[in-house]
Amino acid sequence: MTQNTLFSKEELARYNRHIIIPGFGMEAQEKLKKSSVLVVGAGGLGSPVLLYLAAAGVGHIGIVDCDVVDDSNLHRQVLFGIEEVGIPKTEAAKKRLLSLNPHINITVYNTQLTSQNALEIIGGYDVVADGTDNFPTRYLVNDACLLLNKPNVYASIFQFEGQVSVFNQLNDQGVRGPNYRDLFPTPPDPGAVPNCSEAGVLGVLPGIIGSLQALEVIKVITNVGDTLSGRFFTFDALSFESRTFNISKNPANPVNGENPTIKELIDYEQFCGVKAIEKPLKEVSPTDLQDWQEQGLDFQIIDVREADEYDYVNIGTELIPLSTISASGGTIDRNTRVVVMCKSGVRSAKAIRILEDKYGFNNLYNLEGGIINYINELELDLPTY
Amino acid sequence: MATVIIPTPLRKFTGNSAKINISGNDVSEIIANLVHQYPDVQKHLLDPSGSIRSFINVFVDEDDIRNLQYNHTHVETRSVISIVPAIAGGNLI
Repeated sequence: MTQNTLFSKEELARYNRHIIIPGFGMEAQEKLKKSSVLVVGAGGLGSPVLLYLAAAGVGHIGIVDCDVVDDSNLHRQVLFGIEEVGIPKTEAAKKRLLSLNPHINITVYNTQLTSQNALEIIGGYDVVADGTDNFPTRYLVNDACLLLNKPNVYASIFQFEGQVSVFNQLNDQGVRGPNYRDLFPTPPDPGAVPNCSEAGVLGVLPGIIGSLQALEVIKVITNVGDTLSGRFFTFDALSFESRTFNISKNPANPVNGENPTIKELIDYEQFCGVKAIEKPLKEVSPTDLQDWQEQGLDFQIIDVREADEYDYVNIGTELIPLSTISASGGTIDRNTRVVVMCKSGVRSAKAIRILEDKYGFNNLYNLEGGIINYINELELDLPTY
Repeated sequence: MATVIIPTPLRKFTGNSAKINISGNDVSEIIANLVHQYPDVQKHLLDPSGSIRSFINVFVDEDDIRNLQYNHTHVETRSVISIVPAIAGGNLI
């Protein structure tokens, strides 16, 4: 009788239902144990990915996230419970995962992935699972994986819709599959698509899509089955329709195409137009605004969020959603100070640019940090999101 | 008529329709007819020069039109044209 030296008796019992699957077996389980996976983002997607990879016995899991657990996370981030609210996600995740499987190693990075640290962090892992929620980090993870020759298991969600693919995977012929930049050469202009002003996610959707992402990570590691490399999967929860498209490399890819022009990580916020605002804006802090109110100054406040957000929480202001602001110049006062606000200050800055450029307003003030900052700074008993 | 699949971010411009039947012999005719029927879709789908924006992919059945004949890709009445944009989570800023 041969003795397995890689697994303890407890591990063999734990992984028994994997080991007995024909075509998976001990060989795949050993690959899982010897592998390392970096999960970028411990949120809606990261929750099922981390839970299933830990349960499956991936030997070393790294987790990158700089957020703390918030009440508004709990409807979809099933990794966390109310007792973790206020605790860094990485710390809460590590504790939960080690209680699920003590036979694995967890490394946490309680930081934002940046162009400065990405190569060093990603370089230590075999596979990356990208479950982030913004375009700059998507391109950063993609490019870092290309520069380091790492496979990137991608998943993304929006409202009722999810996408999954496997990027940059080495095939049996030694050729790497397509990547995010082949599919999406440039990101959406922050003002060109309604991704900021429409939002939200059905809580179960990241559970579905993140589980598919975990599946693809396991397939990449074990080389069992056919991964989504070269294919792009989409799922629409409303119609319950899924589609799998064929995708291919783009010779003009600036990182790994025929004539690469990007040879190191760049400034991804700039690339994605997040830093597009150059001219300084006049700003007002929550406490200043409170002073203005207490002094009885004459001013107007405009909230440029969407109606659903406004209905959820507002401070009794006028509502002019950003999508309609360029047609609303006539309803905005020119003779008093006008404070423009949104959730965090980004959309309101955009609204001010539009109003200044189109109508020549010079009396507009951006509420610093939006309604969330206002509620927190003034310690108001109102919900945040 | 071919079937056009509208992605979630664009549905607010198509009266919340997710699937629309559009006539046309190739992708450019389908897009032109879609935009004619739902003018608000135009600026989100097309850049100022009239090209499909580079963060949006168009597939005829399973294949990317970039691997077919781009806008001139032939479309049958049973074809399904999917518009697939980049999405990045539900985080508001």
